[in-house]
Amino acid sequence: MEYFGIIIGAIFVSNIVLAQFLGICPFVGVSGKISTSVGMGGAVLFVMTLATIVTWVLQYYVLNPFGLAFMQTIVFILVIASLVQMVEIILKKISPPLYQALGVFLPLITTNCAVLGVAILTVQKDFSLLEGVVFSIANAIGFTLAIVLFAGIREHLDLMEVPKGMRGVPIALVVAGILALAFMGFTGLV
Amino acid sequence: MNQVQNFTKGFIKENPVFILLLGLCPTLGVTTSAINGMGMGLATAFVLVMSNLAVSLIKNIIPDKVRIPAFIVIIATFVTIVELTMQAYTPALFDALGLFIPLIVVNCIVLGRAEAFASKQSIGSSMIDGLGMGLGFTFALTLLGGVRELLGSGAFFGFKFIEGDLMLVFVLAPGAFIALGYLIALMNKMTKTS
Repeated sequence: MEYFGIIIGAIFVSNIVLAQFLGICPFVGVSGKISTSVGMGGAVLFVMTLATIVTWVLQYYVLNPFGLAFMQTIVFILVIASLVQMVEIILKKISPPLYQALGVFLPLITTNCAVLGVAILTVQKDFSLLEGVVFSIANAIGFTLAIVLFAGIREHLDLMEVPKGMRGVPIALVVAGILALAFMGFTGLV
Repeated sequence: MNQVQNFTKGFIKENPVFILLLGLCPTLGVTTSAINGMGMGLATAFVLVMSNLAVSLIKNIIPDKVRIPAFIVIIATFVTIVELTMQAYTPALFDALGLFIPLIVVNCIVLGRAEAFASKQSIGSSMIDGLGMGLGFTFALTLLGGVRELLGSGAFFGFKFIEGDLMLVFVLAPGAFIALGYLIALMNKMTKTS
């Protein structure tokens, strides 16, 4: 039941993009087509889960015992940046098809604040390792859900007649606002 | 390009938020009031100026291949300084901004300016560029925070001049997207016509 609460909370109630404003850059930048946004979602799921596991272990077995908690920001971003590089190299070697699908998105993920945000939130919320993994997977699913829904709407939006000044990003942001309004309907579910 | 242009380009012509669309996460996340937006903007401006300074100082020493990780370490150091300073001296603002202070590290503007400007230019112009961009970012965040505060709770910088609740949605998450969308449309209109 506890895990169920974490999952529903992360996907719907406090959706990482639409309620917590993390990962807005890829949300606006890579949401032109449904297929690319699914790819981005897959890459985020992969990196976010790995990053949460590694940073959790570092936080509780290295930073806390040695009284280095103030180094959290520096250590976490370095770990995430090198992790992304490593994943890219390994994927290229062992699974070219997967690299083809996710490759272009991986460098973008280093500066995706959703990954660092979830790693820090997992520590702030005092989650155990398993809870942290569930939390990061649920957040990645929430991210994918939001970006795929948004891409679907934007594909239709291309065919609409939008007033000149509102074309492109402004109308997309207003649409995102309405989407966020819809997600507010889940408030109080958990 | 002279130094005055270098300084003022961040406000309208190359405004990080309205024109370049960088750093949207903190822009949307913290601007529930004008003062929060301003605090976040100034914290980012400090990191921008200092990291631009540090990057332009050591630009000739860093090997090209490891420059991005080196930039990230420099930025993360200054972010940690800001984080600890704010925690000590402005605890209320620190709590209001929360997660978004450590997330200055992954703000695309900071790394973007280090890579695109400071790693190629002199120390003086890099600092002026950082200051201009940082203040442009602060301007955008304060404006968005002011609009949301005004429409949502009838106040400006905490000074309340309309009693009761107004359009509460503007203080909540959806209002952030909608207000920013209309502000960008307005900016597009203004820069195109002038």
